[in-house]
Amino acid sequence: MSFPNNLKYTKDHEWARIEGAGSKIITVGVTDHAQSALGDIVFIELPAAGRVLKKGETFGVVESIKAVSDLYAPVSGKVLEINTALPNDPALINKDPHAGAWMLKIEMTDANALSELMDADAYTKYVESLH
Amino acid sequence: MPKQTALIEEHRRLGGRIIDFGGWELPVQYTGVMDEHLTCRAKCGIFDVSHMGEVHVEGKDSEAFLNYLVSNDVSKLADGQALYSEMCNDNGGVVDDLLVYKKNRDKFLVVINAGNSDKDYAHMLKIQERMSTRLKNYTLTNESPNYTQIAVQGRHAEKIVQTLTKSNLSAVKTYWFTEGTALGKIPAVFARTGYTGEDGFEVYIPWSTGPEVWRALEDAGQAYGMKPCGLGARDTLRLEMKYPLYGHELSDEGNPLEAGLGWVIKFDKGDFVGRAPMLAAKEKGLTRSLVGLKMLERGIPRQGYSILDPGTKEKIGAVTSGTQSPSLNQAIALAYVPKSMSAIGTRLAVDIRGAALAAEVIPTPFYKRPY
Repeated sequence: MSFPNNLKYTKDHEWARIEGAGSKIITVGVTDHAQSALGDIVFIELPAAGRVLKKGETFGVVESIKAVSDLYAPVSGKVLEINTALPNDPALINKDPHAGAWMLKIEMTDANALSELMDADAYTKYVESLH
Repeated sequence: MPKQTALIEEHRRLGGRIIDFGGWELPVQYTGVMDEHLTCRAKCGIFDVSHMGEVHVEGKDSEAFLNYLVSNDVSKLADGQALYSEMCNDNGGVVDDLLVYKKNRDKFLVVINAGNSDKDYAHMLKIQERMSTRLKNYTLTNESPNYTQIAVQGRHAEKIVQTLTKSNLSAVKTYWFTEGTALGKIPAVFARTGYTGEDGFEVYIPWSTGPEVWRALEDAGQAYGMKPCGLGARDTLRLEMKYPLYGHELSDEGNPLEAGLGWVIKFDKGDFVGRAPMLAAKEKGLTRSLVGLKMLERGIPRQGYSILDPGTKEKIGAVTSGTQSPSLNQAIALAYVPKSMSAIGTRLAVDIRGAALAAEVIPTPFYKRPY
């Protein structure tokens, strides 16, 4: 399992990608580790565009056949866009978690908020520590 | 320390994701619940179910004891026949559900749920004590640690299991079994029983012979596309069949008649544990009923979610099991609801994270095998 260097990671297994240097806009999804731990994902619930999220707040739900898992906002900000393909094809999260199965685009309240997240090396070590 | 079955190394070799299931280290999945479920439905699946408990009841009073212990009529069994039954408490609640296999007049094998086996065995000893002045000539022994149990389920099961033995498995009808030899030397019970809704066998062998028999079945299954299946698929397969599960549809407080299990409660056979309160409840009229639901709106019902009256939004029941059905690609659930709202076609609502989402009572089983 490898975690791309251009993403930042949370302990709740979300990833965030800045959309261009100096941008306040990030793309958010869940990691390969998260999808693997969940198993076959069969349902996703995402927030409406325009919703304002606080860091750590639940923004949605993913469900595998067996379990329900909350999704947590990696930073505070406003939801600009959701990936409308996911509700009809939640299995995409299993197939392409770090790219095609992005979930939200968020305009961050604080442009520096991503600096608090883990980089790929730190997240890799974190995931290893969980086993 | 969780217990391990004899097959733990097979599960690791096959990439099983091992979890603690009621004190047992067992794989929840190998390739994925969806894939395993659909493979079992379309081809065949192999399951380690060694965590199930086995109790031997032996001696000439065995039948009389069992017929007082369980709700179904053990006296109707022929040698080589199996019976599904409830084992009730004195209030008519369910201690567990189980299978009784009659080997001969003096020899029965009773198979109980893993998580309940200590509780069940203690209950059996209590009933044995109660009957001790009338029934003396039989013994109860908890043989659970001495068995490996492997289930092969799916349309190719007979051909695959047949490779183990010279016993003619095509002659073994559903809910019958035969005692024979596996791999020319291992004493085995081949039972045409299961928990998936598919044709299939459950094979009972001595604990330590598990890996050898598992590998032989794995080899034989290759030609048929058989895959190992974990606890996840076992649960979704049984749910599509509306097979009740203790801790979900069955409980020490619940009445099995409400679960639609009247067909295994034989009031006319004579007295048995739980008979009087169940009969009283039946005569008074049952108030709730276990129904099958499908969601009409997006959402997956889960155990514990409330069932609401779609008009008043008042809570009228609860989900006992729910999932996204892999076979139907549809969210389904089992739920207890008032009898007056249990008819096929009734519209109900399920409270999913605060939203009252529409559902409909539909016929069960949810899945019917096409062969």
